[in-house]
Amino acid sequence: MDQDIIITAGLTKSYGKKNIVNNLNLSIRKGEIYGLLGPNGAGKSTTILMLMGLSEPTSGTIRVAGVDPVRQPVEVKKKVGYLPEDVGFYDDRTGFENIFYTGRLNGLSVSGATEKAKWLLDRVGLTEAAHQKAGTYSRGMRQRLGLADVLMKSPEVIILDEPTLGLDPEGLRRFLALIVELSREEGLTVLLSSHHLQQVQQVCDRMGLFVSGRLIAEGSVRDLARTLFAQELISYEAGLHRGAHSDTRWENICSGLEEAIRNMEGISNFSRDGDRFFWASAGDSGHEIVRKVIAADAGLAYLNKKEFGLDEIYHRYFSSVAES
Amino acid sequence: MTAKNSISNITAAVWKTAGRAFSTGRETTHPFWLIVEKEISDHVRSLRFVIMVALIGVTSAATVYLALSGLKDAIKPSDPEGSFLFLKLFTVSDGALPSFHVFIGFLGPLLGISLGFDSINSELSKGTMSRMLAQPIHRDYVINAKFVAAVIVIAGLFLCLGLLVTGWGILKIGILPTFSEFVRILGLIALTVLYVSFWLNLSIYFSIRFKQPSTSALACIAAWLFVTVFYGMLVSLVARSMAPSEFAMPNQIIAYQKFIQGISRLVPSQLFSDACTTLLMPSVRSLGPLTMEQVHGAIPSPLGLGQSLLVVWPQLTGLTAATVVCFALSYRSFMRKEIRSR
Repeated sequence: MDQDIIITAGLTKSYGKKNIVNNLNLSIRKGEIYGLLGPNGAGKSTTILMLMGLSEPTSGTIRVAGVDPVRQPVEVKKKVGYLPEDVGFYDDRTGFENIFYTGRLNGLSVSGATEKAKWLLDRVGLTEAAHQKAGTYSRGMRQRLGLADVLMKSPEVIILDEPTLGLDPEGLRRFLALIVELSREEGLTVLLSSHHLQQVQQVCDRMGLFVSGRLIAEGSVRDLARTLFAQELISYEAGLHRGAHSDTRWENICSGLEEAIRNMEGISNFSRDGDRFFWASAGDSGHEIVRKVIAADAGLAYLNKKEFGLDEIYHRYFSSVAES
Repeated sequence: MTAKNSISNITAAVWKTAGRAFSTGRETTHPFWLIVEKEISDHVRSLRFVIMVALIGVTSAATVYLALSGLKDAIKPSDPEGSFLFLKLFTVSDGALPSFHVFIGFLGPLLGISLGFDSINSELSKGTMSRMLAQPIHRDYVINAKFVAAVIVIAGLFLCLGLLVTGWGILKIGILPTFSEFVRILGLIALTVLYVSFWLNLSIYFSIRFKQPSTSALACIAAWLFVTVFYGMLVSLVARSMAPSEFAMPNQIIAYQKFIQGISRLVPSQLFSDACTTLLMPSVRSLGPLTMEQVHGAIPSPLGLGQSLLVVWPQLTGLTAATVVCFALSYRSFMRKEIRSR
C-alpha cells in the first residue's frame, strides 16, 4: 500500500510568461485521500488537467498509475476517473442513461453497463431518481450522479475537482462520507481539490497547500500545524464553576487561584475575565492548572486547549506567501 | 460428407452472425460508433430536426404536387428530354413555386446548419465535453463521430425523401423510371448530401470558433444568406459595370462571360445548382458559353450519365474540396482547443 500512484517531478505549465504551475513535485500514495488545497487561481485545476492528459505540461514529468498521461492519454483515462468542477450531464437524458453511456464508452457491454449503473446509482442513493431526466436533478444529486459516473469505469484513482462547491451542509457531509466510504471499500486513491478548508480537513489523510502554482507545504493537518506553529505558545481557556460559594468566598478563591497560576513556571499572558481564565504556555499545562483549581475548592466548568485549525494554517501560509 | 460438413459449418457461421446482430448485449461496441449512435439519437429526438424535416417535407410535397399537375404541359413532342419524363418531377415548376431541386438547394443548407451549429460549443458550455474527454477515447472520435452522425442523418433523410418522391411519381404518372433515370435520382441525392455536409462542416467549424451557440447560428445564417442571396446580386452588379459594348469583339465577350461565370462559381450554392441542372437535364451539354462551331453538327439528343458527370466533374470536385477544407479546419481547431470545465 505504500507505493506512490501519482508522481510528478518538476511539473510546470505556463501560459505565455506566467507560470500557472511552477515546478510541482507531488507524490500521492496508493489508497490515500489527498487534498489539494488552495485559493482560486492557484493552479489546482490546471494540475488536474495535466494529470488527466487533457492539457500538456510545459516541462516536467508525470506518472499516474504507472502511465505517462502525455504519451498515453487514453491509458490514463482508463485508470483514472475525473469529476470536473461543476460537472455537466445530458439534461434531456435520464441519470441512468448518462452513466450507462459512460460505462459503454469505457468498454462495458450493454448488460454489464446496466448492472453496474444500477448498482452505483443504488450506492449513491439515486435509485428512485434514476429514470428522471438529469436536467431535473438538484445540485447535490448531480454531484452524486457525478461520483457514480466517475466510478463506472472501476478506476484506480479518482480525481475530484472542487466536488463540494455549492452543496448545502447536510448534502456536503453525506457526499464526503460517501467518498470516504467508497474509497475505503474499493481501495481507491482519491485526489480532491478544494478551497474549502473544513471539509478537506475532515476527510483527507494528507493535503498539499497550493499557492500561485507552488506546493508550499504538505502533510496532515497536525503536521502542517506543527511545522508552522512550532514557536507558538499553546493557548488555554478555563471556565470556573462557582457552585454554592458566597460572593466574598468566591472572590477569595478566584484571586487566590489567579495569584497561584500567575506564579507558576512557564505560564504567560495570563488574564482573567470574571469566572474565566486565559493563559498560554510553551508546553502542556492544563493538567496542573486543573489540579490547582480542584485543590482551591472551586469547580471546573470547562477547559479548552486551542489547537490550530486549517483556517489559521491557511491564513498564515497565504499571508506569508503574499508578503514574500 | 465433406459437402454436408461445409454446409453445416456455413449454417453455424450464419447463425453466429445473426446471433451477434440480435445479441443479448454481451459484447462491447467501439466507442466511436457509440458516440455516433448517441449523436444520431440526439438529432432525431431534437425538436429542431423535426421542424426542419416538416419544413422540407411540406415544401417538397408542394413542389412535386405542382410538378405532377404541370407535367403534361411541360412535355413537348420535339423535346429531346421526352424520354426523361421522370426527371421532370424534380425540375418542372409552374412559376408559382420553384422546382424541387431549387428548394432543396435553398433549405438543405439550413438543415446542415441546424444539425451542426451548436455541436461543440453547447457541450462545452454544458460541461459534458470535459466529462466525455475524461473517458478513454481519442479526442478526434468526438468530432469525427459528430460529423459522421449528422451525415448519416442527412443521407437517411434525403434518401427517404428522394425515394418517396419517386414512388409518388410512379403512382401518379404510371410510368416506371428507367435505370439511368433512377441512377440520376440517386446521383441527385448523393449530391445533395455532399452539399448539405459542406454546410454542416461550416457550422461545426463555427461552433468550435464561437463560444455561444447563438453567435455561431447567426454566423452560419449570415454566411448562408450571403451565399444564396447576396452573392448573386453582387455578381450581377459587377457584371453590369463590366459589360462590354454590343459591338465588342467576340473573344472579348467570351472572356467577359467566362469571368462572370468564374466569379459566380466561387460559392458552393452555384456549384450545387450547376451540378443539379446537369444531372437532372440530360440535354444540358455545357455549363459555359458555346460557340456556333462547337454546336454545329451536334445531334440534339440527351447526354449519357457518364457524359453528364464529366460536364459537372469540376463542380463536384470543388464542392468536395470545400467540404474537406471546412472539416479540416474544424478538426484542427478542435484538436488544439483546450477543454476546461465550463
